[in-house]
Amino acid sequence: MLYFSKLRILFITLFSVLFILITSSNLFKFDDNFFDKKINLGLDLQGGSYLLLEIDNEPIIEQKLQNLTTTIRNYFKEKNIKIINIKIDNQNIFFNVTENDKQSVLDVFQDENSDLNPYYPRFKSHQLEIKDTGVNLKVNFSRQGLIKLKTSSQDQAIEIVRRRVDEVGTNEPNILKRGNNRILVELPGLDDPMRIKSLLGKTANLTFRFVTNDENDRFGVEKIKFENDLEEATVSKRIIISGENLLDAQPKMDPQTNQTIVSFTLDRVGAKRFGKATSTGIGKQLAIVLDGKIISAPVVRDTIASGSGQISGGFTFQTATDLALLLRSGALPAPLEIIEERTVGPDLGQDSINAGMIALAIGFLLVIIFMFVKYKIFGLITNVTLIVNLFILLGVLTLFEATLTLPGIAGIILTVGMAVDANVLIFERIKEELKDETNNILAFDGGYTKSRTAILDANITTLLAAIILFFMGSGPVKGFAVTLGVGIFTTLFSVYFIARLFTSIYVTRNKDKEKLI
Amino acid sequence: MIAFNKYYNLFNLLSSVLIIVSLLLLIFKGLNFGIDFKGGTLIELRASDSKISVSSLRDRFNQMDLGDVSVKKFGNDTDFLVKFENKDNKKNVIEEIKTNLDKSFGNNYDFRRVENVGPKVSAELLKSGVIAISLSLALMLIYIWIRFEWQFSLGAILALFHDVIVTLGVFSLFSLEINLSIIAAILTIVGYSMNDTVVIFDRVRENLRKYSDIKIFELTNISINETLSRTIITSATTLLALLAIYFFGGEILKGFSLAMILGVIFGTYSSIYIANTVLVRLKVSQKTVLREDDQK
Repeated sequence: MLYFSKLRILFITLFSVLFILITSSNLFKFDDNFFDKKINLGLDLQGGSYLLLEIDNEPIIEQKLQNLTTTIRNYFKEKNIKIINIKIDNQNIFFNVTENDKQSVLDVFQDENSDLNPYYPRFKSHQLEIKDTGVNLKVNFSRQGLIKLKTSSQDQAIEIVRRRVDEVGTNEPNILKRGNNRILVELPGLDDPMRIKSLLGKTANLTFRFVTNDENDRFGVEKIKFENDLEEATVSKRIIISGENLLDAQPKMDPQTNQTIVSFTLDRVGAKRFGKATSTGIGKQLAIVLDGKIISAPVVRDTIASGSGQISGGFTFQTATDLALLLRSGALPAPLEIIEERTVGPDLGQDSINAGMIALAIGFLLVIIFMFVKYKIFGLITNVTLIVNLFILLGVLTLFEATLTLPGIAGIILTVGMAVDANVLIFERIKEELKDETNNILAFDGGYTKSRTAILDANITTLLAAIILFFMGSGPVKGFAVTLGVGIFTTLFSVYFIARLFTSIYVTRNKDKEKLI
Repeated sequence: MIAFNKYYNLFNLLSSVLIIVSLLLLIFKGLNFGIDFKGGTLIELRASDSKISVSSLRDRFNQMDLGDVSVKKFGNDTDFLVKFENKDNKKNVIEEIKTNLDKSFGNNYDFRRVENVGPKVSAELLKSGVIAISLSLALMLIYIWIRFEWQFSLGAILALFHDVIVTLGVFSLFSLEINLSIIAAILTIVGYSMNDTVVIFDRVRENLRKYSDIKIFELTNISINETLSRTIITSATTLLALLAIYFFGGEILKGFSLAMILGVIFGTYSSIYIANTVLVRLKVSQKTVLREDDQK
């Protein structure tokens, strides 16, 4: 165990030097991409915001089922099957058909080539399930159908969230999917997430609809409140144009009224429809509805054929800017709810870094002094190993551009405390060997060999704990698991290569000395 | 040689009492869950005006109808920690609080940290915490079973169970807050305590193979003594590192390092007085480990 070939010594030296260099690269700036690697600081250290958003899919499901009732009715009408008593209840569609038609309806839903009910061969499942309850037929989304629906609304939502966050212009946001109905947004360096939170909290569903007094409007009517919650207007359900028709939206100052407005440009389809509606609807009030509230309802004075227009509604410059931003980035498919938020100010982050570094320095110093007092020359060897170990650990974290968090720093300090364990196990074993072995080389050799299983088992158990922590933990705690886990490997490397190399050099030179350890 | 085995019965009794008391505390007093597991909002606030105190802050917050509000000093005189239930999960609660505080204190305060955990997330975090700890105990059980014999596995698991329960018992007794980092600490304790137990078990197994005429009662004592200096040194260096975190690592790491310090102490104790006594009570002998060797 004490023999080292020249090649191996060279390898160990190069390896250690390499990692010391990598670690020091955190302190300098390199032009070259390869060398310019740095440890990422977690949000708890550099300050920033962590937001977990959940998509509320209920309205989408409701909407889809609503559309589906129409589709079902029309589909079977063509086949001369009459659908009666169709209704939606608790995310199920119920309807009746005559006893003769029942089987053919069931067949349509269960046909793999049905265009009414898509079949997913990969999951061996239809989008919809149908069941004969005896009283009526029940149709609802299958498990796969719901998953498809959720993932597709998540895909749309993440795109919109990304656009909105990018528009605000924070540096290096991190936007990720979580499960099939959540989105994680990490915004480093953002001190006050208020604006982003309010932007993400809005669906931004914009429609232009005529105000009507005709209760028997062909498309149906609904009463909608104004933004101020005081007034109300009856609005047709017919949508003239919606947010999807917008090409661009910008906040502007209206030179005539000196009011802040949002001006918008429509796409071709939108422009055509807007032109037609304004030409037939002169004198009528056109309500601009955003997320179920009327922003304003101006009277149409002229035909607007240019495909551009403006929204006024008592905006401040900030609210106009935000509305324009929301309209440009598009509507969310469903409302988002912020279900978890963690924000750390930059000065607290800096304080945490300072406290962590001081604790690391003091912890390190205490352990080093303790080891030196206890083991003298071998304590010195352990201490050198400990320092190199620290560099390799930081080097590995740099190389993988891992994220360092405050608990992560605690993990490093803990690694310092526990890293001596392997060396202590070896040294104590050597001491025992020396009791009945006079040959120093043999005793050292025995010490290394016999302590191996204990060291292996001890480290694997800690590693198991770190792995579980990594997969179950979140955010900062994950950082702890990473440093603890990586620390185990770097410790074993430094103990079995670096410390053993120094030990072997020292022991070979002093092999005739008594009471070596 | 220290006669650890003279006190096996005494300390077994003590451990049983500790576990029972801890369990009773956990059942009847319960744990002081932080917002991570209970849901709610936390604000760390730094004041630059002496008008801002625990009582004036409490007054302000109580007026806002936020449910149960707790206001505490945090580390020093100018830092405060405010926690409340945020029962209705109000959307713009932080904004409202800022406007309200601005009225009383002007611009003389700063929110350093804001955390808001909804009821759904907190329930999930609690569930995954419990799963993580159970999973780690199960994995350790299986690992030791593979590496040793089942008697060792049982001893190690009882020791781990003791460490986790008693550490939680102390947290319950002093109403210390349980948050995500405490779960991390407990998992690390599990790893550390296992580490300690394995080193002694490794020696017990070695000695069992070496001596056929020494009874397990005596043999565990020999093994504990042989590994004692290692046990002391490693516990000492680990504790030194943890004390450095506790005293210098800042307020946020206080609970975490305290849990770890307790865990290291209980873990070291349980490796000696629980893990080993299980071997004695199960009458482990040379046959136990030799049969294992035959199988290989």
